[in-house]
Amino acid sequence: MKIDWSRNDYSSIPYFLYHDESIYQEEMEKIFRGPCWSFVGFEAEVPNIGDFRTSWIGDTPIVVSRSDDNSIHAFINRCSHRGAQIVREPSGNTTQDHVCIYHRWCYSKSGELVGIPFKRGLKGEGGMPKDFDMKAASPKKLQLANYHGVLFVTFSNKSETIEDYLGEFGRSLIKRFMHKPIKILGYTRQMVNGNWKLYAENLRDTYHASLLHEFFVTYGVDRATQKGGVMMDERHRHNMNYAFASSDTQADANKAYENISGVNLDRMNLSDSKLLKYIREFEDGMNLAAPTFFPNGIIVQINNSLACRQIRPKGPDSFEIYQTLFGYEDDSTEMLRHRLISANLVGPAGFVSMEDGEAIELVQKSTKNDLNSHNIMEMGGRGEIKNLEHRVTETPVRGFWSYWAELMGVEAKDGVR
Amino acid sequence: MITEINSLIAQYGLLLDEDRLEEWVELFTEDSQYKVVTRENKIMHLPAAVIWCDNKNMIRDRIHSYRHVNEHNLHWDRHIIGPLRINPMSATEWQVQASYSLFQTNLEGRSILFSVGSYDFKMVVENNTLKINYLEVVSDTASFETLLATPI
Repeated sequence: MKIDWSRNDYSSIPYFLYHDESIYQEEMEKIFRGPCWSFVGFEAEVPNIGDFRTSWIGDTPIVVSRSDDNSIHAFINRCSHRGAQIVREPSGNTTQDHVCIYHRWCYSKSGELVGIPFKRGLKGEGGMPKDFDMKAASPKKLQLANYHGVLFVTFSNKSETIEDYLGEFGRSLIKRFMHKPIKILGYTRQMVNGNWKLYAENLRDTYHASLLHEFFVTYGVDRATQKGGVMMDERHRHNMNYAFASSDTQADANKAYENISGVNLDRMNLSDSKLLKYIREFEDGMNLAAPTFFPNGIIVQINNSLACRQIRPKGPDSFEIYQTLFGYEDDSTEMLRHRLISANLVGPAGFVSMEDGEAIELVQKSTKNDLNSHNIMEMGGRGEIKNLEHRVTETPVRGFWSYWAELMGVEAKDGVR
Repeated sequence: MITEINSLIAQYGLLLDEDRLEEWVELFTEDSQYKVVTRENKIMHLPAAVIWCDNKNMIRDRIHSYRHVNEHNLHWDRHIIGPLRINPMSATEWQVQASYSLFQTNLEGRSILFSVGSYDFKMVVENNTLKINYLEVVSDTASFETLLATPI
């Protein structure tokens, strides 16, 4: 594959990269089934022996399962025999093995093939060859890392350690959210007719937040005039968008947004303002913190709504956003209620998130017939990719593309990293 | 009362489909709740909702924000609401359940089944008018197409 990057800083991306089927297949192989650690969920989702969940890494179906010795395993959700999906429920608990319904091949909770009906045949006839190696025929197991209760998996045996992969950046942010036991509150899903990278970009694009998501600005939850910025790990593959509540004035905001058409800054009042109530709960005082982990994960705090999201690609032009809402085990009844009310901000019907699905589909729709044209991502400057103490920028999006290009083996000549 | 209940449900779907959302809000009592949850979460006994308005002001805010603040997919809605199961709770309170299908049609004229699920209403008489005091929409469709901006 040859890519005409036109620039070495990934500030101009050709549209075919969002549409091409062979590129998509290569991404599944070189990124999702490659050396990356993909985000898969929380330990709190499989707290007990026998608990399991099905998930997707790229478009490969997997099972995450807690086995009898209390260890957590991940394996491909595909029967070694004929390829049928083994576990069909999204989640559950089993005291038995996982059994493929087709010919009842059995898999242990840690994913080993442990049982084949009529393996020795019947009355000396039929059966599997004597030299059939059950262990070798087990479904592929993934490496699983449990970093402070957040689960990551990789298909490769040669990946760097999870600590190195996350860097100081990711390690400290995960510890920030996982400083005490979490409680799972529920899930939301959204199917978007767009390429998965458009969402990975969206999560790194702090420029759009206060423009597309007008609710942020109108109700003063988040404005570009607030104190905030973007931070990345050293390789610029992960990023975080952050802001501090009430760190700007109405006058600053009025001046900044006065000539922007379509964004209403009248700070309208909600009839019921509890939706915007923010109870300070992290020492750093941020009311908005959204660390994104390459390639498919994000943890999002917007006021007191907490969630993680997993990107599940479903082909070059479709992906699912699988969101897990959480709180903490020690939340009071009032805090739990406040989190559930605050969850109106996020998800498919979220006041500050619903627009993303629409914006991404508009891009996907209108770029598919002009594949060799390029977009423009120069907001925040060209060249070097670095941390910034403002958010009028697309720099972290360039960081994403830089690492994407490295994994795909298509870096620009003298490409920035 | 069966006539009034049927008529309130018909009005509920019609007002949504005709984009008369401000009038739709007036079908609720001041202390009413409007909640959209997924069947998936309900089966797992997980409390998170997709939309949760715990009083009429929050329902008003949803509609106000939809009209004036949020961007969304341009579409028309069409609700098909099935036969009602009516349980009188008292002389002035009824539980009403029904299945629904909600189709969305985009402005290029293509339609999709957007959400299928069930309604669980509590209706009461307020100032001689039958109103909705509680509604839980349980959407079997958990993976929403693009986004959910207009009420189900």
